[in-house]
Amino acid sequence: MSTGPSTGIGTGPNNGPKTGTPPGGAGVPGGEPGAPAPSGGALRSGGPLLEVRDLRVEFRTRDGVARAVDGVSWSVAPGETLAVLGESGSGKSVTAQAAMGILDTPPGRITGGEILFRGRDLLKLREDERRRIRGARMAMIFQDALSSLNPVLTVGDQLGEMFTVHRGMSRRGARAKAVELMERVRIPAARERVGQYPHQFSGGMRQRIMIAMALSLEPDLIIADEPTTALDVTVQAQVMDLLAELRRELGMGLVLITHDLGVVADVADRIAVMYAGRIVETAPVHDLYKAPAHPYTRGLLDSIPRPDRKDADLYAISGLPPNPVAVPPGCAFHPRCPMARDVCRTGEPELSRVSAERESACFFWRECLRG
Amino acid sequence: MAEPTRPAEPIIEVRDLHKHYPLTRGIVFRKQVGAVRAVDGVDLDLCAGETLGVVGESGCGKSTLAKLLVNLERPTSGAIRYKGEDITRLSARALRAVRRNIQIVFQDPYTSLNPRMTVGDIVGEPFEIHPEAAPKGDRRRRVRELLDVVGLDPAYVNRYPHQFSGGQRQRIGIARGLALRPEVIVADEPVSALDVSVQAQVVNLLERLQQDFGLGYVFIAHDLSIVRHISDRIAVMYLGRIVETGREAEICDHPTHPYTQALLSAVPVPDPSARGRGPAWDGGGDEGHGGGAGNGGGGGRIILSGDVPSPADIPSGCRFRTRCWKARERCAGEEPHLAVPEPFRDVRGPARHDSACHFAEVRRVVPGGGRRAAE
Repeated sequence: MSTGPSTGIGTGPNNGPKTGTPPGGAGVPGGEPGAPAPSGGALRSGGPLLEVRDLRVEFRTRDGVARAVDGVSWSVAPGETLAVLGESGSGKSVTAQAAMGILDTPPGRITGGEILFRGRDLLKLREDERRRIRGARMAMIFQDALSSLNPVLTVGDQLGEMFTVHRGMSRRGARAKAVELMERVRIPAARERVGQYPHQFSGGMRQRIMIAMALSLEPDLIIADEPTTALDVTVQAQVMDLLAELRRELGMGLVLITHDLGVVADVADRIAVMYAGRIVETAPVHDLYKAPAHPYTRGLLDSIPRPDRKDADLYAISGLPPNPVAVPPGCAFHPRCPMARDVCRTGEPELSRVSAERESACFFWRECLRG
Repeated sequence: MAEPTRPAEPIIEVRDLHKHYPLTRGIVFRKQVGAVRAVDGVDLDLCAGETLGVVGESGCGKSTLAKLLVNLERPTSGAIRYKGEDITRLSARALRAVRRNIQIVFQDPYTSLNPRMTVGDIVGEPFEIHPEAAPKGDRRRRVRELLDVVGLDPAYVNRYPHQFSGGQRQRIGIARGLALRPEVIVADEPVSALDVSVQAQVVNLLERLQQDFGLGYVFIAHDLSIVRHISDRIAVMYLGRIVETGREAEICDHPTHPYTQALLSAVPVPDPSARGRGPAWDGGGDEGHGGGAGNGGGGGRIILSGDVPSPADIPSGCRFRTRCWKARERCAGEEPHLAVPEPFRDVRGPARHDSACHFAEVRRVVPGGGRRAAE
């Protein structure tokens, strides 16, 4: 890798089949009944768009060093939707922030790993080079649209700023672009509303504005961190559909950071489950829901009630997620795991291959698959 | 589980309940210019030992309803009867006695516990207000017992809330709610602030406590999956009113009100093979006015256009009509009542339940719904 020949941002010589996760594996898992047809694989120009390799992030806290992200690898191909699923404190958002280059670095620190965007290691770039990629080539959508938008600037000014700053457009040109973007994310009466302030929009409309902003420079990749968590279900469905549709239309890669297994089932091609700073399982979404290969995933799936049936009892994972400064030795999940044995208390399970497109970090994944 | 026992007498009856917050203008000459109609004509019954789920989106008035039920807010009009007695008109002394029997658990376990009080003091505080509930010398023991009941180590009595996780704090809130051995607990979004793996623990705890103590619950939430899981009956709220109510299976498997159908079909199902139902974007429709949701036919996903209108400016007639794909002229002029809709009055079966729609019809929206519909 190192500095490498790939200077252009284009398709680059995407350093071929490396180790780790299979590139762009989402596609059509052979013979699956409801194969995810819409995730058009046509745009796949070879290697992954963004690849995170063995990323490590630490936070220094009063209570000690928290290894928020402890050797995480994943990749996302053009046109693919990868969901990173985890509970609070699992490290899912920190991974995204590190990838985006917006990690708060006094408390946080990237201590290892690579973040390859089209083969270029972002961690080795100068800040000004990084900035050119951030926003233009990869963009981020946050959970809380109200606090992510500037309350004293009109929506049009904030959207237009992308074009005046990055593209050197005139104010008038930028304004027209802003209207165009608002129409693209289906904000009704865009021309009239472009001069309004964020507080004059509803929660769902504000999230659309965030999406418009992320789309403005036509990035190749969008990272969405809990984009619908703050919204009502009926509005959540609107926003998720919009995101999925735009992704298809523009052939972007989408990394969806979420805790919601329902949302993941709806939109993701592939899923990486995080627990205590590590990935415990990665799989195509259909395979994972059909038969999880890690007891944590199984526990999560069993513990959510479903709207389409009434179960007598909910399975509850016992105990609590670990404190990040005191992650249990061995497998971090062992104190809560119904399958835990002696090895789990001492040996740290690596991610091992379950099938061509699946990996699990459980010694007993075979047992887990059998259910 | 088993059959929900249904004694004839409801323990709580809510009749035509309203809570309007005035909107005023001017500082010296205050003038009322309108009102936020948070709760706008609600009727409910709760029987002993039963769970009534109340679902709705933010702004529908469900939290105001919770506060009214425990008398933290005074209604503008209407009645809340506890065992036949209207608690909205009681003297302070009589109200205190009633309050022992109706307790509340709040949504946010981070702000609903006083950070300067120990867990023992928090859980024991109800005994200070109702000294007759436990003799002084016995309180410490009772507090420890309560912590044990909700699955916390009684040795934690002297700890402070910040030393606990979200799920544990919610257990503290529940222990406080149980202290006076109430007959009814109103739980306002008790698990929505918790992590997924912890939600199930708290839901199971609530169910166990219900069996052990014969509690009645009013369980208020926005998540229909959880509401379905815990409830015997469900009431769906929209803009201050109940639009549909019935047994859990009636509402989830045989919804007749378009709003319930939309709400149900929007719930993400944790099953990728259910994906065929979406996505469907209706394209047009401006915010809250005109333009309905698309795809009226088939079992596809219903995506509503726009947002909930402001409760300060409720549409005429049926309040859901601005987002409804079935809306016709009649809906603007005439407000539908909550009753068994005409087509179902003479039929037996799950479609026969209260629904406030002029054009009610059954539509199964949840994939695989009705699996246990036959009763």
